[in-house]
Amino acid sequence: MTTAEVTNSVGARLAWMVRDYVLLARRYMLHARRLPAQLFFTMLQPLLFVVLFAYVFGEAIPLPGGADYTQYVMVGIFLQTIAFAGMTTGAGLADELGRGMVDRFRSLPMAPSAPLVGRAVSDVARNAFTIGLMILIGLAVGWRISSSPLPAIGGFLLLLLCSFVLSWCGMLVGLLVGNTQGAVSAGIGVVFPLVWLSNAFVPLTGMSTGMRAIASWNPVSSFNVAIRELLGNPNPVGADPALPMRYPIAASLLWILAVLIVSSWGAMRAYRRRTS
Amino acid sequence: MTAFIEAAGLVKRFGRVSALTGLDLHVEEGTVSGLLGPNGAGKTTAVRVLGTLVAPDAGTATVGGYDIVRQSGQVRQLLGLSGQYAAVDAHLTGRENLELFAQLHRYRKRAAVRRADELIDRFDLGGFVNRLTRTYSGGMRRRLDLAVCLIARPKLIALDEPTTGLDPRSRYTLWETIDELVGQGTTVLLTTQYLEEADRLADQIVVIDGGRAIATGTSDELKADVIGERLQVVAADNDSLPAIEALLERIAGTTATVDPQLRSVVVPVSDGRTLLAEVTRQLVEYDIVVHELGLRRATLDDVFFALTGHRTDATVDESGDGEALAASAGTDSRGGEQV
Repeated sequence: MTTAEVTNSVGARLAWMVRDYVLLARRYMLHARRLPAQLFFTMLQPLLFVVLFAYVFGEAIPLPGGADYTQYVMVGIFLQTIAFAGMTTGAGLADELGRGMVDRFRSLPMAPSAPLVGRAVSDVARNAFTIGLMILIGLAVGWRISSSPLPAIGGFLLLLLCSFVLSWCGMLVGLLVGNTQGAVSAGIGVVFPLVWLSNAFVPLTGMSTGMRAIASWNPVSSFNVAIRELLGNPNPVGADPALPMRYPIAASLLWILAVLIVSSWGAMRAYRRRTS
Repeated sequence: MTAFIEAAGLVKRFGRVSALTGLDLHVEEGTVSGLLGPNGAGKTTAVRVLGTLVAPDAGTATVGGYDIVRQSGQVRQLLGLSGQYAAVDAHLTGRENLELFAQLHRYRKRAAVRRADELIDRFDLGGFVNRLTRTYSGGMRRRLDLAVCLIARPKLIALDEPTTGLDPRSRYTLWETIDELVGQGTTVLLTTQYLEEADRLADQIVVIDGGRAIATGTSDELKADVIGERLQVVAADNDSLPAIEALLERIAGTTATVDPQLRSVVVPVSDGRTLLAEVTRQLVEYDIVVHELGLRRATLDDVFFALTGHRTDATVDESGDGEALAASAGTDSRGGEQV
């Protein structure tokens, strides 16, 4: 036998698990390379949003203190893009369920969570690439990073953490719906309210009191405010902001932790149910 | 010879649909067993339960001596499973698929490459192994799928309708491959809708209906006991059907089955050759024109009729190509099988 002997020490099992994650993540990254058309259209959508917001809405949405809307909106578009990417992942997983692939995975001696973790990890890599391109587009339309390098790097790392969590949310949605078409529609139904009921595109200062309360406690708003702060972008939260808006970075990390626990637990549970 | 699979009273329900209703199965090591039945009979569920992919609601089974519920990990080590859909990654090449699955079987990278090379040679995949599998034909994809399920040298391979949707040539190639595997001592459990396939490959045929085994035996045993030989006449027009029916029943001494759609009359016979001459003589004597006249082996539909008294709701397809059968034999438990 050329297979490595199966050892049962915790360290060895952990090492095998990590290796399974890496193998699956690499598989999904290869998919992205093999489907250039899909990659192109995932890129096209954020590009359209940048241009739309910078040139169409930009003039119409006033920011307090006369700050530039383009500087404000880029982070919102980053977040919407990775949220959609997460939902696409869910649809991809739902697609795979229908093709017998999951049965094959389950009949292998690999970590049962590997197909899900692999997807989330490869999404982070893919989103890093997308964000890189979007930064270039943003710079071209006049957006600037106005903080020093360290906080700026922190901002982008936070964005990638959000990507990881949103992939888990997407997979949970995809598994609950169970088919590709439904997962796409459900994904849109989740992302739009989540992103648009936050301060991604409209500042809290421009909202009615009730709306502002909802938006302030929306995790996406915490992400927006935290990342804008780290990138040195205009960041109006108004007078007497709600708790998460006062401590945006801490709030973001807490939200990420909470959502990650709930969505990964839910997704793994739904995955096991779907396949047994 | 020892039992490799031993199942007793397996039950599996999906919601209100009962896919298995008490399946008993006994498979000897190093043999081929064919689960034969129409869509919805419970074949796929049987394979998935034995392959530890779904847990049974009741009943017990062991594979290689290991309990499929309590020792599913050990069972999986013994088992190569090839599902109804060839489960290979469409966006990877054949070689990448083999190497990926070998690595997931815990082969180190170099060993995985070596194992892939061996399987490429063995299954003669060299011509297309570097192409993306989404460009493969059904036959190529099946061969790759079979190669993938043999990576870890399983003692048992379970093939769920391995030749459904394949053209005749790919089907024969696959049959030869299965022969070879059995020659090397692998135990094979396969499901099929085609009697011809079970006949050709299986040492033991298990006829499944309504989630249970309704008959078990070698192909010869089943033929002698339930299937037997058939004499079939296809009339030139519907008007002559009653005359043909009467004629055949008189000569064969058995009850004829008339299908007005196909204008065919079929009787079970025991000494076909002699009776055929007599039928020919009398058809000429009474001046009845026919399109076809001959002896044929039983079809799956005949087996079902003989065993259960009900048809599979399928159009009997004489060519052995079961597309019509596959399309029309679906029953309400089909949904259950796909879960």
